[in-house]
Amino acid sequence: MDAFFTMLVPLIIGAVALWGMARRVDVYSALLTGAGEGLGVLIRIAPALVGLLTAVYMLRASGALELAANALAPLLTAVGIPPETVGLMLVRPVSGSAALGVGAELISTYGPDSAIGRTAAVMLGSTETTFYTIAVYFGAAGIVKTRYAVPAALCADLAGFLAAAWAVRLIF
Amino acid sequence: MAMAVIWTGMVVVSILCALATGNGAAVGGAALEGAGAAVDLCLSMAGVLCLWMGVMEIMKRSGLSAGLSRLLRPLLGRLYPEFARDREVMDCISANVSANLLGLGNAATPLGIEAARKMSRRRPGVACDGMCMLVVCNTASIQLIPTTVAGVRMAAGCQSPFDILPAVWLASALSVSVGILAAKVLAKLWRD
Repeated sequence: MDAFFTMLVPLIIGAVALWGMARRVDVYSALLTGAGEGLGVLIRIAPALVGLLTAVYMLRASGALELAANALAPLLTAVGIPPETVGLMLVRPVSGSAALGVGAELISTYGPDSAIGRTAAVMLGSTETTFYTIAVYFGAAGIVKTRYAVPAALCADLAGFLAAAWAVRLIF
Repeated sequence: MAMAVIWTGMVVVSILCALATGNGAAVGGAALEGAGAAVDLCLSMAGVLCLWMGVMEIMKRSGLSAGLSRLLRPLLGRLYPEFARDREVMDCISANVSANLLGLGNAATPLGIEAARKMSRRRPGVACDGMCMLVVCNTASIQLIPTTVAGVRMAAGCQSPFDILPAVWLASALSVSVGILAAKVLAKLWRD
């Protein structure tokens, strides 16, 4: 099973190529056309990421997340989320690598099989880097009016965090 | 405007906190570091993005993505009613959903971007209902095998790093459901 997952990407690419050949598609020229369009997309994403990451890095360095974490801890205990995970929840929507760092720290400090370690792992596994995704998708599509995308996505994140804490309690 | 408010808010909060906690120098450095990190991130995803958009083009020309989207139509047609008859958009969304389910986040992003670009052709500059739904479905991760997290747990000495799978699936399912529900409700309520 492990070998299958590590080979998943090359297997998919191979299968698509063989299927294309069977359908008499010029597979290589199609690949190059698509890949060329990828470069154009990249140029549209870059400005959005520069804006977002500048603000995210500033926020992390300023200590604002620690202050918010302290303020939110009592509220989290009340709804059944271990307060130790508050830093992870605040970082998760803005930075994937920082969230992985905070999560790994929690997992090694409290142990991978502790309630806190498990909750952190489930939170990481069941949510995404929301603002990064929004910046990339809307940047590429040239969207200025984002309407309700941000509040709806944050609702999903919040539900994911709550569900992570409850699921760990329920199952373990 | 939402992003403008959030972005300005993040910058202002950082400055105020830096003044309060005396982290001024760190914040000054971080601003420049963040801008550089964004370009690094773009370069690091450039190869994968181009590769998967190339593979998508093969899928498109060989009719594979159309087959995939016929398979997923009953579900996706309901989530994206305004694009249910738009073959090109549905093909991209189907490929995006398939990549997400397989845990290929790297592949899912370029495919989703392609869908977003095609959707934006109807009303340039405005996020239509379908695009909000696409973003919500992609921010609420629906991967079946969270390999990265399992790796972290294994590194911390865990004997059974995958024992969290049922909890991850439960939490993901709930998060996606709430996200879809929120998007559908807000689509009705939103005034702009």
